[in-house]
Amino acid sequence: MAFGRSSRTKPFVEPVTLKILVAGGFGVGKTTLVGAVSEIRPLRTEEVLTEAGRPVDDLHGVETKTTTTVAMDFGRITLREDLVLYLFGTPGQDRFWFLWDELAQGALGAIVLADTRRLEDSFAAIDYFERRGIPFTVAVNCFEGAQRFPAESVRGALDLDPEVELLMCDARDRESVKNVLVAVVQHALVLADRSPAAVTT
Amino acid sequence: MSDEAERSRREPGPTPGHHHWFDDEAGPVVRPYAMTRGRTSAATRHRLDLIAVVVPEPAADDPGRDQTLSPEHVEIVERCSEQPQSIAELAAGLDLPVGVVRVLVGDLVEDELVHVTRPVPPAELPDVSILREVINGLRAL
Repeated sequence: MAFGRSSRTKPFVEPVTLKILVAGGFGVGKTTLVGAVSEIRPLRTEEVLTEAGRPVDDLHGVETKTTTTVAMDFGRITLREDLVLYLFGTPGQDRFWFLWDELAQGALGAIVLADTRRLEDSFAAIDYFERRGIPFTVAVNCFEGAQRFPAESVRGALDLDPEVELLMCDARDRESVKNVLVAVVQHALVLADRSPAAVTT
Repeated sequence: MSDEAERSRREPGPTPGHHHWFDDEAGPVVRPYAMTRGRTSAATRHRLDLIAVVVPEPAADDPGRDQTLSPEHVEIVERCSEQPQSIAELAAGLDLPVGVVRVLVGDLVEDELVHVTRPVPPAELPDVSILREVINGLRAL
């Protein structure tokens, strides 16, 4: 079978690929955040869940369906030709937790995007990353019209460990999102420096 | 919603010649896993990560190769020949579920038409020097 393009002059650069997860409740702005820094319009990838080999108990509320589709939005940042960072928005619905395990595997860190009007929506994500030792940063998306709270009271409400950073951000703003990403990677760096083994448990 | 319900009450059964159940909501007419001949896991030993990059092998340029490849296989090779792509990008570009793309890429790996880069090994973080490069890269954006 001919695939065209037979004269390739140089071999492909095989990039190192990394991923950062973007978690948070439904409608908190995960895809907006991804879109603010991604060089591509956020793409949507889907996983069809079938009855075979899937924890069907998790499909609570859709028992009559034999298949269902979970969408994950993602974006890409090419830092260098040989270094590419992917951002994955995690499925917002709690019943798809098992998909997170796959997404989280090998992730260098995570952003938990929070909305002060619905802080409880971010508890599950924070708990998830804490338990798995995945470095994460909480970014409070400052929605227009939402009351601003001092960072300290938000920290308290979320019961964050002192070393977890909490930032105010605007998910639509590229510079703001860049700052959040740098904070995540810096946190990962601190953990990796301290003890490479501790973060794998 | 309620409009729809009303309409179906008024018109019991499908209108002849109008297959209105084959709309977007019904999904593709060919069920996704038909393209993998029912297989849900790939021939390759490792589950391919979403950010594993698919890179064509020189054999992919060879005309008159494997005639048993499906159009989807061919399209994956063609897309990667322009620019190596991750599993997630292929799935989005081909509008196929990730699981289907994994199986198809697994076939291509078996046929030695492509190889797949392994991202950071599971349960390990990238090393410190890469993290520093990521920070520098992000700041320079």
